[in-house]
This record gives sequence, structure tokens and C-alpha cells, in this order.
Amino acid sequence: MADLPVILRFDRVTVSFDGVAALEAVSFEAREGESRVIMGAAGSGKTVLLKTALGLVKPDSGKVFAFGKDLTGMREKELFEIRSRMGMLFQESALFDSLTIEENVAYPLLNQKAVHCPKREVHARVEQALEFVELAGTLAKFPSELSGGMRRRAAIARAVVTEPPLVLYDSPTAGLDPITAYTIMALLIKERDVSHTTTLMVTYRYQDGNLMAHFRYNSKQGGLEPAHNGAVQAPETVFMVLHEGRLIFEGSQDRLEASADPYVRKFVKPRN
Amino acid sequence: MVASSYGDRPKLLELLKEPVSEFQDFFLLAGRAYRNLLRRPHYWDDVFLQMDSIGVGSLVIVTLTGFFSGAVMALQMARALQTYGQVGRTGMLVSISLVRELGPVLSALMVAARNASGMASELGSMKVTEQIDAMRALGTDPVQKLVTPRLIATASMLPLLTTIADFVGMFGGWLIARFYLGIGSVQYWNSVWKILVWNDVLQGLLKPFIFANMIALVGCYYGLRTTGGTQGVGRSTTQAVVASGIMIFVLDLMLTQCFVYSAS
Repeated sequence: MADLPVILRFDRVTVSFDGVAALEAVSFEAREGESRVIMGAAGSGKTVLLKTALGLVKPDSGKVFAFGKDLTGMREKELFEIRSRMGMLFQESALFDSLTIEENVAYPLLNQKAVHCPKREVHARVEQALEFVELAGTLAKFPSELSGGMRRRAAIARAVVTEPPLVLYDSPTAGLDPITAYTIMALLIKERDVSHTTTLMVTYRYQDGNLMAHFRYNSKQGGLEPAHNGAVQAPETVFMVLHEGRLIFEGSQDRLEASADPYVRKFVKPRN
Repeated sequence: MVASSYGDRPKLLELLKEPVSEFQDFFLLAGRAYRNLLRRPHYWDDVFLQMDSIGVGSLVIVTLTGFFSGAVMALQMARALQTYGQVGRTGMLVSISLVRELGPVLSALMVAARNASGMASELGSMKVTEQIDAMRALGTDPVQKLVTPRLIATASMLPLLTTIADFVGMFGGWLIARFYLGIGSVQYWNSVWKILVWNDVLQGLLKPFIFANMIALVGCYYGLRTTGGTQGVGRSTTQAVVASGIMIFVLDLMLTQCFVYSAS
């Protein structure tokens, strides 16, 4: 993995709100095709980290590089080009209430200048993205007409419709029942393995990270399967743990489970 | 609060920091909204949607307000004019007070109550559900998409609504003058028409235009700075209505002073 290009780099990034540090000197590198699972308690800075990676939040100090470009000095208009290469699933889905699901999913295709999608192709690509998340029959519905899990899936479709090389997921399974949460995780792994995207996923559920690290999408069977049962391996998964804005752990799942840090251990559960 | 000693200075600065910062943020937002008038893309669909919501949506309340304020003005003015035996001039006073003051101010207050609150709550809800962040993440400037269309729509609709309110108010005054005070229709409408000069018409159109700019910007400003979930949305909505209501009176005083000064 070390020879693969760095897609996202945080270099001693500090972000604070009203004098309170949300991120404190956070540094890491995410390489192409890598999956990163970011864990931490509520208020530990997980969402701020993702928003900083997107350039939605400006760091007080330090630098953020995405696709080799420094985001920290960029103006909003310049950031649009970089953001078109990133997909983001927001915690509350953040679908636009006043637009139908079709219009929501079509939004990045029509509004991101760098995407260059001809208008006649938009409908087909939206249908394709919604089929990917198994929501093909919801084109004309409004977000308020869908269940929480369906909204999350529609938001995933919107995040990946432009086929971005880097996808950021903010608590994709938060507030969902175990079956729906598994469906969402299966979609995330499918997206990662089908499109070979670099993935950053914020979660407080250890089982989500475990799925990400040990399962891969089998396109023939159309479902997840354990990744280590043959020649094909799951992409490398790195776990990160944030505590009060500081990155206190970064490493493999084995190292995470071996950690003696009492805060880190709170997130670790025995593997199934 | 007055700084009583050198040691109080940091406290005073702390107290001033927030309002100064808010003031600055408001003008930054206003600057960006006006700058976007000249920049692409222009979201004309949103502009027309807002024109419908603000203009057509406010028509009934503005018409009712105009009608009753005209009728009440006729009643009150006739009573005052009776002292001088000049009841026949009721139309003049109704006309001047409506076109110069009541029409612009009452219409603006109605639009502020209905639309500044609507803008603050809609944008506030979008803010707390991360839809504003999503918009930015998906390549759209929220000021261009949300604020500028509301600004254009309010600035074009409020002068029209005010004009309608003025005419409906004069009509309300005529009903009272004709059927309650026994003033002839020709006499009433003549006095209504003849007293108005271009300065009044200008005043009657310029005031709502300026009020409209302020209403849209205040509504959007409070919406976009919403924090704290649904409670925060409620707070922003209240703040938007209160601030725009007060600002209408402050601006009215300033503008009236300008017109009085220029006329003299």
C-alpha cells in the first residue's frame, strides 16, 4: 500500500470553535483504495474531521491535502472542483426536502461543473445509482415519504452517482435497526469494491468497522462474503480513534484489539 | 454598561465582540448576495418560485391590511377634519398617509412577519439538518442558490404589493367616505389624486424596495446562522421577525428624514 498515491493528507490540523478545540494536531494519510474507519465518542471530532477533509470547515492551523492539492488556502469556488471528486454521506442524510429523490440524486450531476454529465444522460445515471442502492422505484418520491434507512440509501446514491474516487461516510448506520444497518454496510462495501474507492467511514459501532475490514462484495452472488477465504483480500482497512479532538490511535484491527488504552478498549468488541 | 476603570476594558471588549461580529457577518452576507446578482449561475426557477411564495402568497394579508388601514384612516381623519369643517378633504389625508407611510410600512411589516420568518425557519432547518453543508459539498454556493433569489424576489414583489395595498386602502377610505361620511365619489377621488406629487410616489416605491432588501437579508442571515436543532430554528425565526420589524421603523425614520430634507 505504501507505494500507492496519497489521496487525503492531514498535516497537524487543528480546528476550534469558540476557543474549544474540535481537532488538535491531527495528522494522517489515506492512500488510494484504502478504507479508514474513524471511531470515537460523541463530540470527539469525527464529523469535523470529515467536514475539514471536504473543505467545509477551515482549519485554524495545519494543512489538508486532497488529491495532492492544499485545500487550506483555497477559495470556495476553487474547492468545488476538489469536492466533485469526493462523495459525502451526511449523518442526517441531508437530502433536500423540497426535491424529489430523482432531483436529489441528479443534483451533483447537474450542479458540479467538473462532472460534465450531458443532460440527456442524467436520468439514466440517476436510475443506475438508485438501482445500486436498491431504491429503483422511488424516483418521484420526496425524502419525507421514505423511511430512515431508505433516506440513508438515497443519500448514498447521491454521494456516489458521480463515481468519486474518495467517499466519506458520516455515521452511516447511526439510529438504524441491525438489519437496515447491515444493508447499509453491505452497500458501502459494494461501492468500495465495485468502484475501488478510497473510503473514510465515521462510526461508533465496532461491528461496522469489522465488516469493512473482513468482508468483500461478491458480485456473482450479489452479497458480502468473508474476505480472507481465498486469494482475494479486502482492501487494507485502517482504524483511527479520536478522543477530544486528538488522534490517539491509528493502525490495523489487530493492533486496535491489542491496545491497552482504556479509551480505545471501550470501542473494541469481540469479533463474531 | 460603562467601563469604570482600565481593568473593565477587556470585559467591555468581550461584550462588544459578539454584536460587532454579527454586524460584520450580516454585511459580508449582504455583500456576497449583491455580488451574486452579477455572477453566474442565476437560479431563475428559484427566483420565480420565491416571487410566487412572497408576492402571491402575501397578497391576501397585504390587501386586507391596506383595506382596513385606509378605512380606519378615513374614519379617524374625518373626525379630526370635522373640527375645521374640512371633512371633504378626507381623501387627501388618506392618500398621503397611505402612500407615504402606512402602505410601505404596514405592507413591509406583513411581509416581514410572513416571509422573514419563513426564510429564517426554512434556511434554519436546512442548516441544522446539514442541507446547507450538503449544498456546498455538491458544488453550489448556498448564498447564490438560497439568498440571492429571495433577495431579488422580495425586492421586486414588495413595491408591487405596496402599490396594491395603497390602492385597496384608498378604496377602503372611499367606502367610508361615500357611505358613512356622505362625501361624493368624485370629490373623494379628486382629492386623493390631486394631493399626490412625484416625490410621494417615489417615496412610496423606494421605501418598500429598501425594506424588502433588509427583510430578505435579515431573514436569510438569521436562517443561515442557526445552531442548536429545532429549538435554534424557533429562536432564529423569532429573531428574524423582531429584527426586521425594528429595522423597518428605523429605516422608515431615516428615509422619511431624507425625503423631508430633500423636499425642503
